[in-house]
Amino acid sequence: MSKRFLPYVINLGLLVAAVILSLAIGSVFIAPADLWEILRNWLTHRPLPAGLETYSFIISDIRLPRTVLVLLTGAALGGSGTAYQGLFRNPLADPYLIGVASGAGLGAVLAMSIRWPYSFWGLLAVPMSAFAAAMLTVLLVYIMARVGQTVPTTNLILSGVAFSAFATALTSYLIISSQGEVRRALGWLMGGASQSSWQTVLAILPYLVIGLGVLLMNGHALNLLQFGDDQAQQLGLPVMRTKTVLLLAASLATAAAVSFSGIIGFIGLIVPHVMRLWWGADYRRLLPLSIMAGGGFLILADILARSVMRPQELPVGIVTALAGAPFFLWVLRKSKNQGYW
Amino acid sequence: MEIRALKIEALTVFYGKRCALQDISLEIQRGQVMALIGPNGAGKSTLIRAASGVLPIQSGKIRTNGDEFTSLAPMQRARCLAVVPQAVALPPAFTAWETVLMGRTPYLNFLGQTSDADEAIVRHALNRADALDFADRRVGELSGGEQQRVLLARALAQATPILLLDEPTAHLDMQYQVALMHTICQLAHEDHLAVMIAMHDLNLAARYADSVALLVQGRLEAVGNPNEVLTPERISSAYHLPVQVVQHPFQKAPLILPGE
Repeated sequence: MSKRFLPYVINLGLLVAAVILSLAIGSVFIAPADLWEILRNWLTHRPLPAGLETYSFIISDIRLPRTVLVLLTGAALGGSGTAYQGLFRNPLADPYLIGVASGAGLGAVLAMSIRWPYSFWGLLAVPMSAFAAAMLTVLLVYIMARVGQTVPTTNLILSGVAFSAFATALTSYLIISSQGEVRRALGWLMGGASQSSWQTVLAILPYLVIGLGVLLMNGHALNLLQFGDDQAQQLGLPVMRTKTVLLLAASLATAAAVSFSGIIGFIGLIVPHVMRLWWGADYRRLLPLSIMAGGGFLILADILARSVMRPQELPVGIVTALAGAPFFLWVLRKSKNQGYW
Repeated sequence: MEIRALKIEALTVFYGKRCALQDISLEIQRGQVMALIGPNGAGKSTLIRAASGVLPIQSGKIRTNGDEFTSLAPMQRARCLAVVPQAVALPPAFTAWETVLMGRTPYLNFLGQTSDADEAIVRHALNRADALDFADRRVGELSGGEQQRVLLARALAQATPILLLDEPTAHLDMQYQVALMHTICQLAHEDHLAVMIAMHDLNLAARYADSVALLVQGRLEAVGNPNEVLTPERISSAYHLPVQVVQHPFQKAPLILPGE
């Protein structure tokens, strides 16, 4: 019994450690003892001792919402990356590499160029438009890459790259041709949580609950799909319906992550891989573990992005790409001789 | 309702414009092994895929008793009929145990949770297919013959009255071929399953099957007991090869020898 829960305990421990680090590290360092003190006073509604009020404000209004947004973004990318890998039966599928993230980015910018200021409708229209564009991209990439019943790695990545380039070019054109906050959009596109607030956290939450919730219920279906459509159906799975639902849910999670945190690559590649290496291939376990690990991993990347060039911030997408691209090449070499996938 | 047989009635299947199966009518009774033979590309695999409901059917019907099989939901179909596919390109990272557990899919809730009863059935199925020894190993590490036994166990875990097998003996050594055919005959004769098995080896079919169906270019040339179907004329014209058929010296079965 304890062996069954060990992966969850370890992943949760890593996630909590990442959150604590993220709250502690920044322009001023807040020692874990002070963090504990603040947390205890929040919970018991006692007035804070002198000297801790500023820290308390930094945590509640700046670092905590940012950490939570980064956690949710990483969770969305980890979960949808796992789902795409399972759906395409391909170890190199990742929301970024197959072009879905760029497609969602295009959709988001399209909505922003119409209504850039963050009004209520802006908060709703941006993710919706990103979602529609993400779905369109993933369908086109899939259709272009498919050979009979399979999606070969090279085809998938190549058509993903092509669509990604096309969407990125259109996005750049939209940003340059529209007046207004171009700089902000550029920073956002490269992936950064610099616009985090409790409002964005609340706005992203419903999409993630739906998207990741649906994915979590389909772990067993993803297991069956690894045997191919024929066998999955012969084992009792309504294949077409399940695949459609999974594609919708994964794209919704990706679109939400992109809408609020920009385009962050390689999380959906690295995280499921490491989890599969550590804890095995069963998607019923792999999905929740990748969601947890995705959150933790992106928090760590965000800490790096904040501290490397202090007081300036790097977009976190740069950090994940610097770590992810070499990892991608390693997996590419490894997947030639099959290994554990 | 108790299922008595799988009935295929006037089945026609197209791949694009090419007619892959034309007007096939067959009945597989419970308690019997039917061997499906024919040269490469005759439509053996197509017939199994169509009968299991994964191929769209141009015309004709597939029935279990009176039910029209193709109109059932995949989950209901998977409780009536299990397929043992060829062991190629299996996901290597699952263990044999995990793979066989997926045979319980049609009986699980929407989260795919398995119970102790499911595990007992899986253990029994693994034992039956002689695969219990390597239950905890990853499928990618197993030999072709071992993988094939895992797939048989998975189909048995589905606990269906109908079992279709697509050339399970194709890449096996002789001793495994015979062992597998023994198991399959037991499943039909003792456990009362309706079994259809596509195979290459005519002598294996002649020796173990209760009836033989000969497919040539998508048509059913002949169906009946092995002695009736496996005549030199039929086989020569189906395989474009002169053959001789003699009586097996020790068994009550025809023996097919290629050559004049």
